[in-house]
Amino acid sequence: MLLVGLSADTVQRLPERDNRENLTPQVALGKKVWEDNNCLGCHTLLGEGAYFAPELGNVYVRYGNSKEAIKGFITSRPVDGIPGRRSMPQFNMSEEELDAIAEFLKYMSEIDTNDWPPNVQG
Amino acid sequence: MKYQSQKVAKPYFIAAIGLFVGQILFGLIMGLQYVVGDFLFPEIPFNVARMVHTNLLIVWLLFGFMGSTYYMVPEESKTELYSPKLAMLLFWVFLVAGALTIVGYLAVPYARLAELTGNDLLPTMGREFLEQPTITKIGIVIVALGFLFNVGMTLLRGRKTVITMVLFLGLVGLAVFFLFSFYNPHNPVLDKMFWWWVVHLWVEGVWELILGAILAFTLIKVTGVDREVIEKWLYVIIAMALITGLLGTGHHYFFIGTPEYWLWVGSVFSAMEPIPFFMMTLFAFNMVNKRRRQHPNRAAVLWALGTGVMAFLGAGVWGFLHTLAPVNYYTHGSQITAAHGHMAFYGAYVMIVLTMISYAMPMLNGREAANSNKSQVTEMWGFWLMTVSMVFITLFLTGAGILQVYLQRFSDAPLPFMIVQDKIELFYWLREFAGVIFLLGLIVYIVSFFVKGEEARLKPAEQTLVE
Ligand code: HEM
Ligand code: HEM
Ligand SMILES: [Fe+2]
Repeated sequence: MLLVGLSADTVQRLPERDNRENLTPQVALGKKVWEDNNCLGCHTLLGEGAYFAPELGNVYVRYGNSKEAIKGFITSRPVDGIPGRRSMPQFNMSEEELDAIAEFLKYMSEIDTNDWPPNVQG
Repeated sequence: MKYQSQKVAKPYFIAAIGLFVGQILFGLIMGLQYVVGDFLFPEIPFNVARMVHTNLLIVWLLFGFMGSTYYMVPEESKTELYSPKLAMLLFWVFLVAGALTIVGYLAVPYARLAELTGNDLLPTMGREFLEQPTITKIGIVIVALGFLFNVGMTLLRGRKTVITMVLFLGLVGLAVFFLFSFYNPHNPVLDKMFWWWVVHLWVEGVWELILGAILAFTLIKVTGVDREVIEKWLYVIIAMALITGLLGTGHHYFFIGTPEYWLWVGSVFSAMEPIPFFMMTLFAFNMVNKRRRQHPNRAAVLWALGTGVMAFLGAGVWGFLHTLAPVNYYTHGSQITAAHGHMAFYGAYVMIVLTMISYAMPMLNGREAANSNKSQVTEMWGFWLMTVSMVFITLFLTGAGILQVYLQRFSDAPLPFMIVQDKIELFYWLREFAGVIFLLGLIVYIVSFFVKGEEARLKPAEQTLVE
């Protein structure tokens, strides 16, 4: 039951680290879009998920702090994939969803993760 | 078989094995997608295959746990099951709900499934292992409640043993922690933190109690060692499991936005988590060495010993390998994680369910104690093929993981993820090859159920061992 105690303490201290001052309705929508498309089924997010495709907790930084680059990547996926290569599906997201998911990924990159991942490659 | 109602275990075991086959087929699909990226794309994208693979695993293990419980509880309690009818009803509810969910995954895009099943009302989907639509999750809770009621009533009526109490505690814990799957806050850090209360507290907490109880039960049966001795072991094992496993949750709180003290708490407590697994190894071997009788079901003894060894290797050794924060900093979310996940799940939970099936199935099929020698030999072939190929799967993934960590995270010029994946392709081919052998082993295992022959019996002289 020490676990409960420590967890309570953690929940108390999270505001210093979890970037919640930026938790806008748009970020919440982005998280929902992330879940509804099961992105975690291929990617990791802060190291959790599947190991088939790159880490996305820091993709905002990897793409030069650009939300547009993230949106561009998502919209440009070919419907039938790339021959012979691991391919990401075309999700046909609306502009609102695209903005939200990009904002969500930016949010993730601003969480204090004890300096993980070791470098920008994730 | 001493009680008629133990029979309800049989359909549970058959369903478990059937779903196991499905799990492995989807594993092989994914293994191929790792190297032939566009295999079955866009019909079955990787994330869909993965949900099917992991959810089938969990569901068939739950079938296995429930079947084992229905087999053990009447015999331990010395009374018939409270309601065999309820047990059968819940069997069908669970099977149909599970099948519909899998069909849903395969038939429509996930986002559409989320929409159709009303994920907007209470969003719980899209998180690893908890991908099931919210209504399926509610169904699981209902099945669990009915199951616990049925088992609880039986326990109240009959003899109470340490084994059934530990088992019941584990099952209640399983249901309680599943409730955290309904907690999905907007804040990703909180979400992740309590997601582990389902996943970690299952496999490194309450499931260990279930594992310990089933192992203790089968060891009593096949070795004839005194219950008092077995119970003492069980007490110590579960105490260690809970002491180390609860705070061991901290090994998942290193890099997800939780405070720094978890680096210490998680490392220290999870470093001790191998202890209960090592004790299970000692437990199994000690009891078999001290056996008071020779049991004609040698396959079941092999499975029990195998569980002891492989659970320690997969959970204890491969877990320890990456559980200290400075190591996990580099290995977090890599193929090392996948290597550990495979051997731990197989060694601990797959093997304990197969131990119970091996022990119980002959009786459920109307035999006195064991299958024919020929059938047992076939089953043991299945055992070795599956177990050895799982060892190789783990080794190949570990090789891939070491290279991945070095090239992508450790070297002076870190390479992008996809480039690294290309470079370590060879290991993925080897893993897929080992996976095919695993499937062969599974087929041999299933064939063993259909091998007929005279029941294996012991010569009178073998039946009791003199110390
Ligand atoms: C033929 C054999 C198998 C193959 C080829 C296979 C392949 C795979 C693949 C490719 C993944 C996804 C890894 C990723 O996210 O990138 C996976 C995940 C997983 N598989 Fe298997 N699998 C096999 C057998 C098994 C067995 C027997 C078990 C259980 C005992 C199992 C349990 C799991 C688990 C727990 C995960 C999730 C791992 C994690 O999140 O770290 N698999 N498998
Ligand atoms: C039978 C028991 C166990 C099972 C079935 C199991 C299974 C798993 C699985 C499936 C994962 C991946 C979760 C994900 O997808 O993110 C995982 C992660 C992990 N496990 Fe275990 N595990 C067991 C016991 C242990 C033990 C005893 C230790 C430590 C000694 C351990 C240490 C770890 C660590 C450190 C991670 C996180 C890896 C990462 O950072 O990516 N596990 N385990
Ligand atoms: Fe864990």
